[in-house]
Amino acid sequence: MSGRIVDADRKYAAFAATAARVVAGVLIFFLAAEVVTRLEIVPPIYLPRASTVLYRMFALLQDPSFLRQVLATLQAWGVGLTLAILISVPLGVLIGTSEPAYKMVSPIIEFMRPIPSVALIPLGILLWGQGFPMKVILVAYATTWPILFNTVYGVHDVDPIAIQTARCFGLRPAAVLRNISLPSAAPFIFTGIRISASIGLIVVVGAELLASADSGIGSYILFVSSSGGQMDSVLAGAAIAGLVGVAINAILARIDRRLFGWRYLGGAPA
Amino acid sequence: MNRKPTSWAHPIAYALGMVKSFATRFGLGIALVILWQFAATRVGSIFFPPPTEILHRAAELWLSGPPRRLFLGDGVFQDVLPSIARLLSGWVLAVLVGLPLGVLIGRSRMASDLLDPSLQFLRAVPGPALIPIFIILLGTESTMRVALIAFGSVWPILLNAIEGTRAVDPLQLETARAFRLPRHARLWRIVLPAARPKIFAGMRVSLALAIILMVVSELVASTNGIGYRIQNSQIMFLLTDMWCGIVLLALLGCALNWLFIKVENRALAWHRGARGRGAAS
Repeated sequence: MSGRIVDADRKYAAFAATAARVVAGVLIFFLAAEVVTRLEIVPPIYLPRASTVLYRMFALLQDPSFLRQVLATLQAWGVGLTLAILISVPLGVLIGTSEPAYKMVSPIIEFMRPIPSVALIPLGILLWGQGFPMKVILVAYATTWPILFNTVYGVHDVDPIAIQTARCFGLRPAAVLRNISLPSAAPFIFTGIRISASIGLIVVVGAELLASADSGIGSYILFVSSSGGQMDSVLAGAAIAGLVGVAINAILARIDRRLFGWRYLGGAPA
Repeated sequence: MNRKPTSWAHPIAYALGMVKSFATRFGLGIALVILWQFAATRVGSIFFPPPTEILHRAAELWLSGPPRRLFLGDGVFQDVLPSIARLLSGWVLAVLVGLPLGVLIGRSRMASDLLDPSLQFLRAVPGPALIPIFIILLGTESTMRVALIAFGSVWPILLNAIEGTRAVDPLQLETARAFRLPRHARLWRIVLPAARPKIFAGMRVSLALAIILMVVSELVASTNGIGYRIQNSQIMFLLTDMWCGIVLLALLGCALNWLFIKVENRALAWHRGARGRGAAS
């Protein structure tokens, strides 16, 4: 906008201002939560104080057995998401580039997409038990649709003039795909992956909790809530799951901005 | 592209065109269902009953009532309607809370900057992880389920309302101020219309989330609802009943999505026209 050259000082000042706002915001949130929980509208056994939850979070983050649960959740999430990417990106490119396939398959995607993945948890338990495979398959199912949807539409909506120009210059279909369709669809595909990443985390934790899986943050929450209702541990576990989600989202947003920053000249990625 | 003759001058060509467009729209889906039917009857897996059996059972469950109840079976009144009622009340509650709050926060740059990290965090907390807390605080009645749906689906609306309100063209606002438009007129005539596409996108995402949370809430300590029916059938090993529930949820999801798109198209028609091109979701 202003000068091309942004000097380091100004960049640093902007960063400091953002950091200050984030810290202030988090502090306000925490203090508000502390005040509300200290009013004890409900007894603290049911709704523990914010500081108790925070203390419990620090304790949990130093507990190796809890960290193993976090790792188990992340593993199922990562494998499921990777599976979904490996399936839906090639499939989406295939569907998006062929007009008849696009016309035939998009109604099916539109039908399958709104099926709530959690509805498949009972079926998943029957078919694959309560362990790692069930979680991975449910995550893969849930995260396939946003990626597939975004890939298909990204590839399908490539500027036709660009493609025709490339063809006029004698590029083969594979080269058109590699040089034009994929680069122009890549931001859409990445948005699909970002959406899927946060959906996937919700689905893993939900599946762990609802299917009483053998490991993971969700099964930890189920365990502490059913054994004497330790609500501070329940909330601490949920909050850590939330922090993991924020971290994943922040990392992916950063990658998005670095790779496809040129697309967001008008504003930040949604 | 196949050109579709729209006049009745060529009835045969018209009919052929209709058949062709129907075949491309639903052909693959029908083929897949037939394939499933064929494979299921051949292999005879108890986990995947054939579609005809599911359809038959679904008719038994939901369409076997007396004529004075429009032929709706007991299942509709026990499970389907309570589910839909909870889903809609949770979602409407989320809209009623998230939309005004989002616009309010979005109008102040300071407030939205300060609240953003906390809101991002709250959005990232998986809804199912909070079920134990919700049960302890609100019991196991419908109130708890509606509250869980509302809590889980409010974030996309809230965040999109904030973002949409913040992104209003400052020039338009300053022009309005220069013309001395009162505060409420600026809000209703400039801020809200400009933020509307964002708000609708958020409402759509949150509707999908609300369906997920409806099912999740019914899988725990529940006595009725579609989710409860699915889980109960799984425990009693009534696999056809379980599939009925899954198919019903798929249809419900589709119907709500379709309905929402209709409303959205109507509400955003002027905006699409102004921008020249419809925004992809």
